[in-house]
Amino acid sequence: MHGQKAFLSGNEAVAAGVRLARPHVIAAYPITPQTTVIERLAEMVEDASLKTEYLHVESEHSALSACIGASAVGARTFTATSSQGLLYMAECLHYASGGRFPVVMMNANRSLALPWNIYGDQRDSLSLLDCGWIQAYAEDAQESLDLIIQAYAIAEHPDVLTPLMINLDGFVITHTYELVSLPSQEGVDAFLPPFQTVNKMDLDHPMSLAFTAGPAYNQAFKQLQHQALLSASKVILDIEERFGQFFGRNYSGLIETMHCEDAEFILVTLGSVAGTVRPVVERLRSLGERVGLVRIRYMRPFPDLEIRKALAGAKAVGVLEKDISFGYEGTVFTNVNSALSRSNVKPSRLLNFIGGLGGKDISAADIEHLFLRLKSTDDGETVAFI
Amino acid sequence: MNYPVWQRSFKPPKDLAEYPVGTAFPAGHLVETNASWRSQRPVIDAEKCSSCRICWLLCPDGVIHNTKPEGLEIDYDYCKGCGICAKECRQKAIRMENEGI
Amino acid sequence: MEKQSHLSEKKISIRNLSDREYFYGHKACPGCGGSLALRLALKVLGERSYAVVPAGCMSAVGFIFPQMAFTCNAIISTFPGTASMLSGVAAGARALGIKDFHAVGFAGDGGTADIGFQALSGAIDRHDKIIYICYDNEAYMNTGVQKSGLTPIGARTTTSPAGRRLKGALTQKKPMFEIVAAHGIDYAATASVGYPLDYLRKLNYASKVDGTSYIHVFAPCPIGWGHDTSDTISVAKNAVDCGLWYLAEFSEGQFTLNHKPGEFTSVGDYLFGQNRFCHLQEDDLKAIIMERNAKWKSICRSWSYS
Repeated sequence: MHGQKAFLSGNEAVAAGVRLARPHVIAAYPITPQTTVIERLAEMVEDASLKTEYLHVESEHSALSACIGASAVGARTFTATSSQGLLYMAECLHYASGGRFPVVMMNANRSLALPWNIYGDQRDSLSLLDCGWIQAYAEDAQESLDLIIQAYAIAEHPDVLTPLMINLDGFVITHTYELVSLPSQEGVDAFLPPFQTVNKMDLDHPMSLAFTAGPAYNQAFKQLQHQALLSASKVILDIEERFGQFFGRNYSGLIETMHCEDAEFILVTLGSVAGTVRPVVERLRSLGERVGLVRIRYMRPFPDLEIRKALAGAKAVGVLEKDISFGYEGTVFTNVNSALSRSNVKPSRLLNFIGGLGGKDISAADIEHLFLRLKSTDDGETVAFI
Repeated sequence: MNYPVWQRSFKPPKDLAEYPVGTAFPAGHLVETNASWRSQRPVIDAEKCSSCRICWLLCPDGVIHNTKPEGLEIDYDYCKGCGICAKECRQKAIRMENEGI
Repeated sequence: MEKQSHLSEKKISIRNLSDREYFYGHKACPGCGGSLALRLALKVLGERSYAVVPAGCMSAVGFIFPQMAFTCNAIISTFPGTASMLSGVAAGARALGIKDFHAVGFAGDGGTADIGFQALSGAIDRHDKIIYICYDNEAYMNTGVQKSGLTPIGARTTTSPAGRRLKGALTQKKPMFEIVAAHGIDYAATASVGYPLDYLRKLNYASKVDGTSYIHVFAPCPIGWGHDTSDTISVAKNAVDCGLWYLAEFSEGQFTLNHKPGEFTSVGDYLFGQNRFCHLQEDDLKAIIMERNAKWKSICRSWSYS
């Protein structure tokens, strides 16, 4: 089931994953730094290595609306966007999840205007955390590719039937080239069966879709939607295990931990910055510091049990995120804090570090400083910009 | 049948397991009528009716059916009493009668 | 070749129109012109239709769980998303190997000329094989009669009130038919529920077009316009007869007028038969008639007639 290796950017790895997953319909609108995904896909259509209906839509709203329409007849779909484009889709994001259309989308995490900026932060996807999508955050190109293939299996699972958004940090992942292992087409075809659903229009059994449900019924549909997202936690684990059996690469579920078993000071983060944290943790460990890392891989469903377990022995925890809910704190911090508050895991210090907004650099020295902040007993601010 | 009928026996879902998957439900599924909307009802005078079916063509609710050999039949479960049929009938074969209270 | 086969097609008439109802038991207001436009269209297009209906009157009255009024496949789209969802449905069905289907949209005037305009333009540009029907009742009726881009000048709506200073809507209808034609659309037509056979013929033509079709059907709303529920058809017919609406087609780059009133009926009778225009005065009427005359002069100059 192992194919060849290729030197690909994150975006190109996504495009390679999409080709292997054989979507029936791709509808997308260009936006920096997503563009090379849809350029590569267009080239694959041109050279006939990808057979799909490729729609040149005139906006992101239409991109997702078209994917929903295609999903509503039982087609597998893909779209990709970023930043302002994701916001422009907002109506359709809720529509896709409410209608239980398992669209798979890649989002290149990018800052939101104003001021204008094309570089990476995660305010775009995190501000849409409540739109009912499964949200995954990749750390590198290989994981991006593997997530795309897993995404269809997760999203289309009958217990889940929920759209899935894979987030790649703009430029840092989308445009960085790495050696990537490509699964074979036969392997992916065996791993990923064709999409089957009863949630579709059917010429033999006509259906009414995307209907209205009044106060007597509406909440039940929302409860079912919530249940489906919660069910995804287990489905993700099952799919990853199966993926490991097929392709030999194993993933660790909703979070990934590093040295958390005995760590006193733990940074919780997500996306590419984990790659900066990792060598710092190793270096501090070599100096005898008991530090650790939690990388959140899925923000929805939220890994509350996993986080509690990983942070159980920590004296101090810092949540580092490229996001801020203005007037309060980072959204990831709110979620981590909420998970801890529902347990007896109570680190003596819980700090929120906001950084990387608009692509501001977060260096290894910055990370080391954060661990120092966690160790210090000074009463600093709980929410601090770095 | 060329049109759906009122499903009197339909029981709305009680617990979550009885709800449809996603937002997909069988088409042409009627669980209530529109009869109470009407203040007047159209009545066809079979003597005058030429079966031209202009009333059927122009009815926004499609409730004038050609299902009986003896002439057109109005589905009073779904007629709203708009009066287009009576107005457009060239034979003046449809009269609007007040509904009793 | 293609065109000839259309022309030789048997004409749709009351006699051969399908008896099957595809939109039944809906909650549209009595005398609703839009629901008639939709019902007739689906009779022509048939059971292998996927109907896409944006948020608006026809979706609000047709899909209230567990009461489903469409008997063919149908889906509500987002308000701006009629055309983009139609493109997706058509692309999905094509990719799955489904044959002989129609992807047909039914959007109101606001959903077409305003919020849904961008997606419609995109779909026409792609020449996607879809049928887009705009049922024009000249205001946002589902939300309570607010002015849209297709509200005619002088019409009173809840957001274009008529009082001492303002006389209803201040702007004329966007020329949607000409706008879609300017895209080089494969087929476009105007119609009126007051001329149902002309409408049916155009639907039948659209069903065979290999590309994008747009039909703009004039569909009175008794509640919003302020006329009796029984007058829907006659009001729709009068609009054509007095020259404020017209029946035309655009195909292969050519405009064709389908109906030329020998002598226009009274614009005043048309307008003053509806509450939304009853505040208009002699000068307003004159201005509307002048505008009508200018429009018809332009139509007669540049469109052929058949």
